[in-house]
Amino acid sequence: MTKPYSVLAGKAVRYIAQLRGGGSALPGLFVEKIDRDFVADTLGQLPRGVVLVSGTNGKTTTTKMVVELLESQGLRVFTNRTGSNFVRGVAAALLGAVDTRGKLDADIAVLELDEAHAVKFVERISPTYSLLLNVMRDQLDRFGEIDYTADLLHTIALATTDGVVLNRDDPRLGSKAFRQDITVPVRSFGVSNVLLSQFPSDDELRTATKKITFKASLFHEDTSLETMQGNTATIAYDRKKYSVDLKINGIYNVLNAVGAVALCRMVMGSELDQKALFGALANVTPAFGRGESLIVNGQPCQLVLVKNPSGFRLGLQSFSAKGYATMIAINDNYADGRDMSWLWDVDFDSLRAGGVAEISGIRAYDMALRLQYDDVPVGNVSTDLKKALERFIATHSATPKRIYCTYTAMLALRRELAKITTVEDVR
Amino acid sequence: MSAKPLVILQLYPRDMNIYGDHGNVLVLARRALWHGYAPKVVAYNPGDAFPERVDLIVGGGGQDSGQDTIQADLQKIGPKLKKLTEAGTPMLMICGLYQLFGKSFTTQDGHVIQGIGLLDVETIAGPERLIGNISTKSNQFGTIIGYENHSGKTTLGPSAQPLGTIIKGAGNNGEDDFEGARYKNVIGSYMHGSLLPKNPAIADWLLEQAAVNRYGDFTPTVADDRFATEARKHALKRPR
Repeated sequence: MTKPYSVLAGKAVRYIAQLRGGGSALPGLFVEKIDRDFVADTLGQLPRGVVLVSGTNGKTTTTKMVVELLESQGLRVFTNRTGSNFVRGVAAALLGAVDTRGKLDADIAVLELDEAHAVKFVERISPTYSLLLNVMRDQLDRFGEIDYTADLLHTIALATTDGVVLNRDDPRLGSKAFRQDITVPVRSFGVSNVLLSQFPSDDELRTATKKITFKASLFHEDTSLETMQGNTATIAYDRKKYSVDLKINGIYNVLNAVGAVALCRMVMGSELDQKALFGALANVTPAFGRGESLIVNGQPCQLVLVKNPSGFRLGLQSFSAKGYATMIAINDNYADGRDMSWLWDVDFDSLRAGGVAEISGIRAYDMALRLQYDDVPVGNVSTDLKKALERFIATHSATPKRIYCTYTAMLALRRELAKITTVEDVR
Repeated sequence: MSAKPLVILQLYPRDMNIYGDHGNVLVLARRALWHGYAPKVVAYNPGDAFPERVDLIVGGGGQDSGQDTIQADLQKIGPKLKKLTEAGTPMLMICGLYQLFGKSFTTQDGHVIQGIGLLDVETIAGPERLIGNISTKSNQFGTIIGYENHSGKTTLGPSAQPLGTIIKGAGNNGEDDFEGARYKNVIGSYMHGSLLPKNPAIADWLLEQAAVNRYGDFTPTVADDRFATEARKHALKRPR
């Protein structure tokens, strides 16, 4: 049972931390120290339990979508919006949401946790549902091996009490080995065979061999993306097809939306309000930096977060370079991953015709070197991100712009862009 | 005048290709082209027919599962690779294939995987991964810059020379200051990055051996390595 004083003390620390403009996780760390059961006790009150979203790519956008879809069903949803996605980050977010007696005014929690932190989380709190997106090469310098990352997600699935929703097209998540010892119901989402070719996996990156296609029929309950025409998606389940016009860009965002639909179907069961679901789905937008469009001097300026080869490849595939001026900003801070090897697993042929006007970030020259070997024309190269952005905007004032950037480069770019345009506050 | 062909064999690209080691093949092919040759990149996967004419062989790192998949096939082509080595064929083996080009790899649970013994090195799985930016010094290639990520600890036997001595990073085992191994024209190394883009001197040396073996000489052009030079400079400033 949560001690009342730990909530009050935690809230006080949170208040002080906010006054100081400090990190979002500090109060969480504090409350965890004085009351280790705070998170478990608080989340334990929720009538519909906890949804855990994990995987390499798309966690933030998918979590946002799940929240909006569940809200469309009339649920009050708690989520860890700050993106401080480990247990103490969840604790900090909870501190902000509970009343002084430690009561959380919500029906369900939807939490985004990266693979390693999610495993720590499930040691203490069993998720009611988990939504597992994909296993791709990301920050291998942190996790070591992609098979190990799959093991982490498997641990999450085994700890889940009511139901697992997984991406059946992911070679590891969709494998028999992954699901054979999961005892709770497993549901799947994925794309039709026609669309599958647009989702290269890391495994087939350098091979001509055909990926094994996991038949949707293997799964009793499947939600699938059938077709994608412009912004109109056809989503199928229960032998019915539904057409919906989406605001989100990029086919990988759409796939994540289908995952969110599958999860929402599982949570709501027969209570599902289909009309409200598709109404909300039509209006979901990507999370910041995931293809969001800002307006700079009357022209769109799109930020595309790239943090691993598959994400970069999908980004290049989803957004046509035609008519856009392109900038790339590559940092190698801890949050970005220090290893530059991943740039060599991305093909940049699609940028050859238009070239890349501006390259920046701490590892600007690694990026320039990569493009040189793909024969992509390179404009300016500079490690000074602020100056590079200014030059990019000034030189291409009358053209739509797109910036591919790593995580910390994106944060820096958003700070600069906020000086000249409206940038959504993510804090 | 038609350009002289050079055959670059990529060893097991399906199972041993993580951490951007494909970049090494790309750099060799492009630079061969710049130097006036006609590179032909051939992929060799388990069960494939081994090409008759090979001028240069490149291999990369893999998951443990990838290593299991290729192991039997590697034993099968081992004698062929040894013959090519003795004949002076240049080879670059990174990480996983560096280990398997050695004598043996002992896993965490004591299981011994036989290598092909082409390099006089032995590897034992260590308790933790050696991860981070790495730079080494080589009399022949100058400063070598890369990124390491391995749990295997490799020790050199008497007939293997190190590729470089550690400036920063762990290297073969984190203890004896050596990184990589050389025998004849074969280079083994733990360095990703990819290795060759930021170390064009090694790329050109490999191409030179290949060209000299096949045509008796190598006349390189001056490559535009300005980006590589700058990328090296910035990489050396980065934390581990």
